[in-house]
Amino acid sequence: MLRYTLLRLLGAIPTLLLVIVLAFLMVHAAPGGPFDDERALPVDVAANIEAAYHLDEPLPQQLGRYMSGLLRGDLGPSFRYRDYTVAELIASGFPLSLRIGLLAIMLALLVGVSVGTVAALRQGSMLDRVVMAFAMTGISIPVFVVAPVLVLLLAVKLQWLPAGWSGSPGAAKYVLPVITLALPQIAYIARLCRASMIDVLGQDFIRTARAQGLGIKTIIRVHALKPAMLPVLSYMGPAIAAILTGSVVVEEVFGIPGLGQFFVRGALNRDYTLVLGIVIFYATLIIALNLIVDILYGVIDPRVRQR
Amino acid sequence: MLCKMKIRQYLLLVFTLFAVLACGGPDDAQLSSSVLNRGINSDPESLDAHKARSLQAADVLRDLGEGLVSFTATGEMTAGAAASWDVSDDGLTYTFRLRPDAKWSNGDTVTAAHFVFGIERLVDPGTAAFYAQFVSEIAEIEAVDDQTLIIRLARPTPYLLSLLTHPATFPMHPGSLAEHGDSFARPGSLLSNGAYVLTEWVPGSVLTLRRNTHYWNNANTAIDEVRHHVITQEMTELARYRAGEIDITDSVPPDSFEQVKRELGDQLYVAPYLNLYYYGYNLTKPPFKDSPELRQALSMAIDRELLVEKVTGRGETPAYSWVPPGINNYEPTVFSYAGLSQDERNQIAQSLYKEAGYSAENPLQLELRYNTSDTHRRMALAIQSMWRDALGVEATLINEEFQVLLANIQGREITQVFRSSWVGDYNDAHTFLSILQSDNAANVPGYRSEKFDSLMQSAAEQADLDRRRLYLEEAEREMLADHPAIPIYFYVSKHLVSPRVEGWGDNVLDYHYSQHLSLKAAE
Repeated sequence: MLRYTLLRLLGAIPTLLLVIVLAFLMVHAAPGGPFDDERALPVDVAANIEAAYHLDEPLPQQLGRYMSGLLRGDLGPSFRYRDYTVAELIASGFPLSLRIGLLAIMLALLVGVSVGTVAALRQGSMLDRVVMAFAMTGISIPVFVVAPVLVLLLAVKLQWLPAGWSGSPGAAKYVLPVITLALPQIAYIARLCRASMIDVLGQDFIRTARAQGLGIKTIIRVHALKPAMLPVLSYMGPAIAAILTGSVVVEEVFGIPGLGQFFVRGALNRDYTLVLGIVIFYATLIIALNLIVDILYGVIDPRVRQR
Repeated sequence: MLCKMKIRQYLLLVFTLFAVLACGGPDDAQLSSSVLNRGINSDPESLDAHKARSLQAADVLRDLGEGLVSFTATGEMTAGAAASWDVSDDGLTYTFRLRPDAKWSNGDTVTAAHFVFGIERLVDPGTAAFYAQFVSEIAEIEAVDDQTLIIRLARPTPYLLSLLTHPATFPMHPGSLAEHGDSFARPGSLLSNGAYVLTEWVPGSVLTLRRNTHYWNNANTAIDEVRHHVITQEMTELARYRAGEIDITDSVPPDSFEQVKRELGDQLYVAPYLNLYYYGYNLTKPPFKDSPELRQALSMAIDRELLVEKVTGRGETPAYSWVPPGINNYEPTVFSYAGLSQDERNQIAQSLYKEAGYSAENPLQLELRYNTSDTHRRMALAIQSMWRDALGVEATLINEEFQVLLANIQGREITQVFRSSWVGDYNDAHTFLSILQSDNAANVPGYRSEKFDSLMQSAAEQADLDRRRLYLEEAEREMLADHPAIPIYFYVSKHLVSPRVEGWGDNVLDYHYSQHLSLKAAE
């Protein structure tokens, strides 16, 4: 098990290096620079700023400078937030994105698995069809449509929840973003869970359990849930990735100062260091998460480990 | 593992986690009667007044700092950190007497030396300040004593007082810079000499300002706390305004304007604004290089009245001049054809188009570039069809991300016609006309006219305001006749202001100092 984990860890290093170099080249290849503006800088001022941020150096030299900073754990200064460093911005944005992401994942798992299981048990019933129709709708309607509709209804018309983030009271402001973010995942997990539960329930060992006279609740809990969760568990990797990318839209719509918003603003403003910092941070995170999911998979299913 | 756990325990765990995670911060955010919530559409890039360039940064900085001169709510110039000033007869020497009770937020007195330090840092190449050339007419700045400041100008600069209201010319506290270095402009270390002091800045979310109790005019500051909420999406801002979370919006989304006017008409403030929307020509390449007839033809064929009525529709004024109306001591000169009907203009445009060598068989093909935005797209579509109908021009529309468009405009290689705009930095025709001088970085069309430059030069040397004005007007007339760009319309400022806010005043610069506002007690 340890050897398996170590091998996977070592395998991640070239991936990460490749991500860094590609991302570096891509942000610099994008037309326009961080200090371009309709209010153009006088030539000498522009030269001074570029020198201050080493943008006047040849690209390989800039990459070298960036990599050596990275080795020291320095992600550099932000070009757009000139009073802040990239590390500070990530430190301020990530906890929020993480909190919202985790809440959304949990909500999605909780509701998705319950709804999926119920639908599987009542397969073909009216309830099943209604739930699956909702799930299909949930998958098809994009976040940027759902979010404003929820805001209009729950925040503006009914005034139950805050419409925005800054200055809104405590926990209430999480509700809309988390629901918006979780909705497509709920739908997907419900469908996934339903299908796999139906599959598991049809298998021989379940029939044996039934023949032994066990109640359906016990069968689900003790025998069916574990194998039925396998596809859901392996979907967690993509689900987390989807929630990370979905958070970009949700944070933009709700004005949440998370990493997603910094990423979008950073890309639009050509804030090279901020974009790079977030890409590297996310890449590390996703590689780590995939690793964890793989290891967990091994724990649940011994066959994976032995292969 | 999951399966070993009873469903009920699992649920309990999830709910507990949910509650713990969601109740992260203390709830200090109740809407209070002494808290003003304002929207701004992006973060300031910096609250170091010398690194700042955006209008948003200036909006926040005007709440934090104070120049020698300031503005009232309705945009009349008024004394700021200086109690009074004298101007020499030749208009070259300004002597300011500072208020002895002008204080920094740490209680230190604001002295003349702090203004000198600020200006010197502004023009220092090491600072790389965007607004460095702003004060290029200042030849010498001298602190005679703590309360007396003398500014000597190289040439009469009647808009000097207007410049001195700008955050770039605010005083700087040398001790604070020495102590905190590059991070002096952060909550906790940023000293301010204005009505408010920065207490919190969550990038991407909110800037919180609290009353500066040391401010000389603190007794007249009504609101204790001001929050500038960073809301990039106009629709989100409107939703938050409707939900009562924002008292003053930065803008109003174009698509909701009619509805807002109907439903919130009494809270909607629309006013002329020193901001020009224009299409620039790339004057360095054919077909527009050396072809003033063609440039004029395209300009004349645009029905500006129709555009402001149907496309923008928020009370904008059609632009027949470069300098917007409403600017101090100036009468914008308009195109000679401004008085003609659109049909008459089209006829002249057609003959100019022919003169330039184009016809129905040999139509002009051009590329029109604009930055991705619904408003710009609709504008481009309308103009494309006006050009086609009046002249037979075949215009291809190309939308580009803003940074890409800016890079293309600066590159002057592939652009032909492009969308741009200019916001006045001070209330003087110079802020608009100067950008078309040959050596100005903002001269994106690449306009070069010796005559225009020399008229601008002559204007700059006039101490007499009326004669200066005549030179400027002559310069504008000269430039308009060359058609280096197509002025299309002048923006309006658009804000929703909650009925609980008192003291709001419209003004052409769209400056709204929080210190002039007050809040009605909650009902």
